[in-house]
Amino acid sequence: MNCVLGPDNILYDTLLFRVIYDGVGNVLPCWLSYVVAGIAMMMILVNGVLLGAGLFSWVERRLIGRFHNRIGPNRWGPFGSLQPLADLVKLLVKEDLTPRGADRIVFTIVPVAMLAPVVLVMAVVPFAKDTALANLNVGVLYILAVTSITSIAIFMAGWASDNRYAMFGASRGVAVLISYEVPVVMSLLGVVLVAGSMSLNDIISAQTIPFLLVQPLAFFVFFAGTSAELNRTPFDLAEAESEIIAGYHIEYSGVKFALIQAAEFGAVLTSSAVMVTLFLSGWSGPASNYLGWAWFLMKIGVLAFIFSWIRATFPRLRIDQLLAFAWKFLLPLSIINLFATALEVYFLRDGAGNLDTSDLWIMAGINFGVAFACLLVFGTLIKEKVRPAGPVTGATLTPGEAD
Amino acid sequence: MPIKTEPMTVNIGPQHPSTHGVFRLRVTFDGEEILEVEPIFGYLHRGTEKLAEERNYTQIVTLTDRLDYVSSMINNQAYCLAVEELLGVEVPQRAKYLRTLTAELQRVASHLMGIGFFLQDLGTLGTPLMYAFRSRERILDLFEMLCGARITVSYMRPGGVFFDAPDDFWPALDQFLKDFDAEYKEIEQLILENEIVMVRTRGVSLLPLDLAINASVSGPVLRASGSDWDWRKMDPYDAYDRMEFDVPVATGGDNYDRFWVRIQEIHQSIRMVKQCIQQIEPGPSRADVPLILRPPAGAEAYGRVEASKGELAFYLVADGGISPYRCKVRSPSLINLTVTEHLLVGWKLADMIVTLGSLDINMGEVDR
Repeated sequence: MNCVLGPDNILYDTLLFRVIYDGVGNVLPCWLSYVVAGIAMMMILVNGVLLGAGLFSWVERRLIGRFHNRIGPNRWGPFGSLQPLADLVKLLVKEDLTPRGADRIVFTIVPVAMLAPVVLVMAVVPFAKDTALANLNVGVLYILAVTSITSIAIFMAGWASDNRYAMFGASRGVAVLISYEVPVVMSLLGVVLVAGSMSLNDIISAQTIPFLLVQPLAFFVFFAGTSAELNRTPFDLAEAESEIIAGYHIEYSGVKFALIQAAEFGAVLTSSAVMVTLFLSGWSGPASNYLGWAWFLMKIGVLAFIFSWIRATFPRLRIDQLLAFAWKFLLPLSIINLFATALEVYFLRDGAGNLDTSDLWIMAGINFGVAFACLLVFGTLIKEKVRPAGPVTGATLTPGEAD
Repeated sequence: MPIKTEPMTVNIGPQHPSTHGVFRLRVTFDGEEILEVEPIFGYLHRGTEKLAEERNYTQIVTLTDRLDYVSSMINNQAYCLAVEELLGVEVPQRAKYLRTLTAELQRVASHLMGIGFFLQDLGTLGTPLMYAFRSRERILDLFEMLCGARITVSYMRPGGVFFDAPDDFWPALDQFLKDFDAEYKEIEQLILENEIVMVRTRGVSLLPLDLAINASVSGPVLRASGSDWDWRKMDPYDAYDRMEFDVPVATGGDNYDRFWVRIQEIHQSIRMVKQCIQQIEPGPSRADVPLILRPPAGAEAYGRVEASKGELAFYLVADGGISPYRCKVRSPSLINLTVTEHLLVGWKLADMIVTLGSLDINMGEVDR
């Protein structure tokens, strides 16, 4: 009995899935081999994301150590690379506390609810040629829908912990996530317009030049919005260390804490992966038929480095300034970008509705001008808003008279 | 439809990363906004003033180290000035310069820590703090060369300083001053014009000058509100009458100005250290005073200095014995804390943390 996957199946494009399915299908019934292949893919996905999260936690700690003029973890393994493993063991054997007033069920679900969207996002991201687990035709929509689960998880954590700091963190986190969802969606619409599809595979193949050049404003908005959704400085209000200690996950310890941390570090990687796919032409590059995964990982690494760099440098914004930044700065920018892109696509497309590379270059030129002008104008506007009138106080040194 | 909300009372501290020690604030919030603030302190009370009545005059120097433990040199100085006034001892010139030099180095160290933690409270992930600590470590190494201790130095004694500086201290100091300019420039470039620092601190938690004076606030907090009051200028002690320096004054009285004044004071302190190196001359480093001091009964003295946090003073009353009858500490941090309620009410939770950082309080000094 030989099972063959039809091309109409969303998993048809995944080469590994088909290999496992065919191989197992020789011994098992088709439905069972489908399940087996699916579980195998899921194992790869979950473990890949968790391993990546562990690795990234080490890389980021080393990097931030360097930014701090420190060495960073260097004790276990070459350059301390086994540090995440040591942390994991430590957290696993720690007592897993649940506060007395906590809502036990919700409290326990939270770590899983936080990790799930991070893993789920990776399901549609192609990390080399034909390696996306599911080639959804609504991939962008799926990513946006799945990442929204995080806001519910954060609110659950804050509510279930029975802690006022956690409640602060949760309300901040939800406010930030809901506000930043809007400009992020708007900025992605520009990309979808240019690519003419919501499937991530199509978006990659449409990127004859990276959309970073074609959609600079959208990239800026998406990057800022994503770092807000990831709760990283300068937008890390939901877990502001110096204000509300750890925010929504203040009461978590042991393995639950490990899962939440894994979700946070993993989220940086998956967000970078999404950004690479949408703006940096994904796995494509020289010899991408064979080295696609290398290009993909390299681009993720560059973005993750930028995330770490920003995290190590900037102070935190206040909640009202953060929301103002979303609604008064990022949202207008993304709307301008959407309109500009829509007009350009309308005038530049050919009869079949397609754009060729020269059209993309023209769009890149126009959009860079638009982005520069917009950032200049809005930057000045916001600067005047946030700086009180008058000269910078304290600009004088007055010699005191001794008497 | 109006949304029904109710105020929430939260205890910030005593264990909280941003209260600079064991300090507790009972805060009533309306959402994120502060309605009521009640500072509660005393968690670090060690009875320093009472202990001083049981120690002899030289031993009390070690108690002063533990008041404001990030600027112990200046605490030593204030206490020694008070004892010298009790005894009527004249301090040798070299000792005066050594005291001025170490006090200014300590001020740099203390302000670096103030700036670093202020930015930590603003939410940076430790980078400016680590930059500041890099220079502070060098200063502490210099102190180690002088007296063997880094934090609780006990370097000054009634009548002078403990030991003269060792020979290898001066080249090390020169090397430090040479490196410090570049290191400090890095800190300034990283933070001074940072847009987020500006947004978060400009115009926040204003302290008007009249309130500051009425609350007898002192130090950088007062000078950020527009007064140029500085004991080093007003009533020069030790070698400050021969030092040439400016008093940085800001007029805004907001968090940024308090931060800015500290940044500028570091420049002035370094200027004074350089002058000390030029002017210091060989000579004895301690006046000839007996080991056990017995000031005359009924003598009173008030020794005050411009410490890194404000006006620090020791009021001593002698009863003819080997320990003082009364030792009162006027600690700047405690008095600067009295304006907390005015500074915090109406601002947000995030501002509260930053304002506490800008006051640069030290709980060892507040609780004594």
